[in-house]
Amino acid sequence: MGRKVAIIGCGMSKFGRRDDKDLMGLLVEASTRSLGDAGVGRKDIDAVYVASMLCGELTHQTAIASALADELLVLPAAAERIENGPASGASAVKNAYAAVASGLYETVLVTGGEKMRHAPGPIVTDLIATITHPTAEYVHGVTLPSLAGMLTRLYMQRYGLEPRHLALVAIKNHNNGLKNPYAHLHRKITLEGIYLEPEAKLNNPPVADPLRMYYCCPITDGAASVVITSAEKAKKFNDTPVTVAGIGHATDTLAVHEREDPAVLKAVQISSQRAFDMAKSEPKAIDVIELHDAFEILELAESEDAGFFEKGTAHKAVEEGVTELDGDLPINPSGGLKARGHPVGATGVAQIVELTWQLRGDAGERQVSGAEQAYALNFGGFGNNVVSFVLKRSD
Amino acid sequence: MTEVADFLSVDWDVPRKPYPAKALTLATGEKMVIREASREEVPQLLMAIRPLLDAPGEFYDVVAARTYAELLGWHRYRVRNEYCLVGVVDGKLVGLVNNRLVDKDLCVSLHTIAMRKGRSVGAHLFAAKQEHAIEYLGVSEILVTAESPRGFNLLVVNWGLEPRPGVQHELGGAKSWVLTKENYYKHKDEQVFGKRPVPGDLYEQSLNFELIEPDIMRLESD
Repeated sequence: MGRKVAIIGCGMSKFGRRDDKDLMGLLVEASTRSLGDAGVGRKDIDAVYVASMLCGELTHQTAIASALADELLVLPAAAERIENGPASGASAVKNAYAAVASGLYETVLVTGGEKMRHAPGPIVTDLIATITHPTAEYVHGVTLPSLAGMLTRLYMQRYGLEPRHLALVAIKNHNNGLKNPYAHLHRKITLEGIYLEPEAKLNNPPVADPLRMYYCCPITDGAASVVITSAEKAKKFNDTPVTVAGIGHATDTLAVHEREDPAVLKAVQISSQRAFDMAKSEPKAIDVIELHDAFEILELAESEDAGFFEKGTAHKAVEEGVTELDGDLPINPSGGLKARGHPVGATGVAQIVELTWQLRGDAGERQVSGAEQAYALNFGGFGNNVVSFVLKRSD
Repeated sequence: MTEVADFLSVDWDVPRKPYPAKALTLATGEKMVIREASREEVPQLLMAIRPLLDAPGEFYDVVAARTYAELLGWHRYRVRNEYCLVGVVDGKLVGLVNNRLVDKDLCVSLHTIAMRKGRSVGAHLFAAKQEHAIEYLGVSEILVTAESPRGFNLLVVNWGLEPRPGVQHELGGAKSWVLTKENYYKHKDEQVFGKRPVPGDLYEQSLNFELIEPDIMRLESD
């Protein structure tokens, strides 16, 4: 597996509607924070990896990594953009890991970002839908919300999931987001307001039945960044580096209907198992988790298929408060995609940033006490390209 | 002079059945009171709207400028039969809507302004002014137009409005749609909410509202 690899710096831009900056401005904002956090100089950066799914389509700028390297004055560092749908961020971190572990590079800056809020919602939804199967799904009008809606319906039929459980996940993540200064949505929501009262029908309108607005993530601008280096070099820069202990990456059929069981996220199972095997760890050793809850059903399904709960039981754990910040297994302390937001290319990197802060004890009000091992899952396609990480606090 | 006096002797407000205030719960759990605004409150409403004249996002400036003119005209007796509802949360003005009664059968939907975004404030207020028109003023049709794509989705699509080609809405060149009484009752259960009567302390709090910085003015708003 090569050299041990560590994260020595991380930073984020504020997520949200960022009319004040273009995409490059957001990438620079996050990158300078992570470089500053790492304490590295410009000459220390051997390569810049930029994760962005839609920079060409939404901001009319391609070869974005070359532009960032120039903006940051880290020339002549290598630079490349990594596009892997909504899993672009995790793919970029994984490739940086591989480059450092192999000895190709010593220190790599990974920054993910997306600028999306300026575009009309239907256009963004359509562009993201291009990750579905072009002839079996996309041409028939399939969108990501529609696939998530169908998965939710399956869960309701098979496991007794109720919309109330989705509301509880959303409320938890909004509460966590309130404690995260970088989160897009700083707004408390209540069970009365989004589910119980009659007016919840209008407060929380349908998106793709049975999914409603508060069960889906917002469209967000933002960027996140980490600096990765070899473990032996890490101590030089940082007193509390975080080790990338395990990575798993797996794919599944592009078209959801071709899967043996569409309620089972096989790529989540495989990527997760690979990450735990590599880290010589297991789900019960994990203290804090970041999952890809683009839709709240995904937080439940991913937590099961990643091995944290028996299939079909995660909603009961949510009901019992297990996944709350002060529960036995906190999930999405950052607010997740639901409240932190989902600038697509940034998300996988933002998950690593959050867990690095958690493992370093730097997560402020949302700190999970005593966190030593953490797990992240970045979910591409509708489960056809999934990257998992196990991170460990380096003592 | 007689002709001028005659010209000015217009019934600026026909007697209308008052709109009883109601209260509803927002997604945040906060209670929003929706009540009819009085002509005397217009100066304060104008102050609330004024910052939005510099907010081009989502055509807030266009809507603000037009609403400003409409409310000012109502206040100064230059517009007939206009009425305005306000939404108040925790003693703060979070939105307002206005309509104009043309005759006993027809109401014209004018504008909806949400100071707080992303909380369905505008959707609840828009529904309330149509409730006012159909259920309290007794009109059979409300003429509607949309000045932004967001408004189109919120109003025209969600309410299943019928196009009314050939009829000019008084807000200008945009296409006209109509909300009929039949369509109103068809959508009422999904769109119109609120409990009456409003508890006394909540209602009292809504009478002396404070103004807030509209969300659209903040760069990092939702």
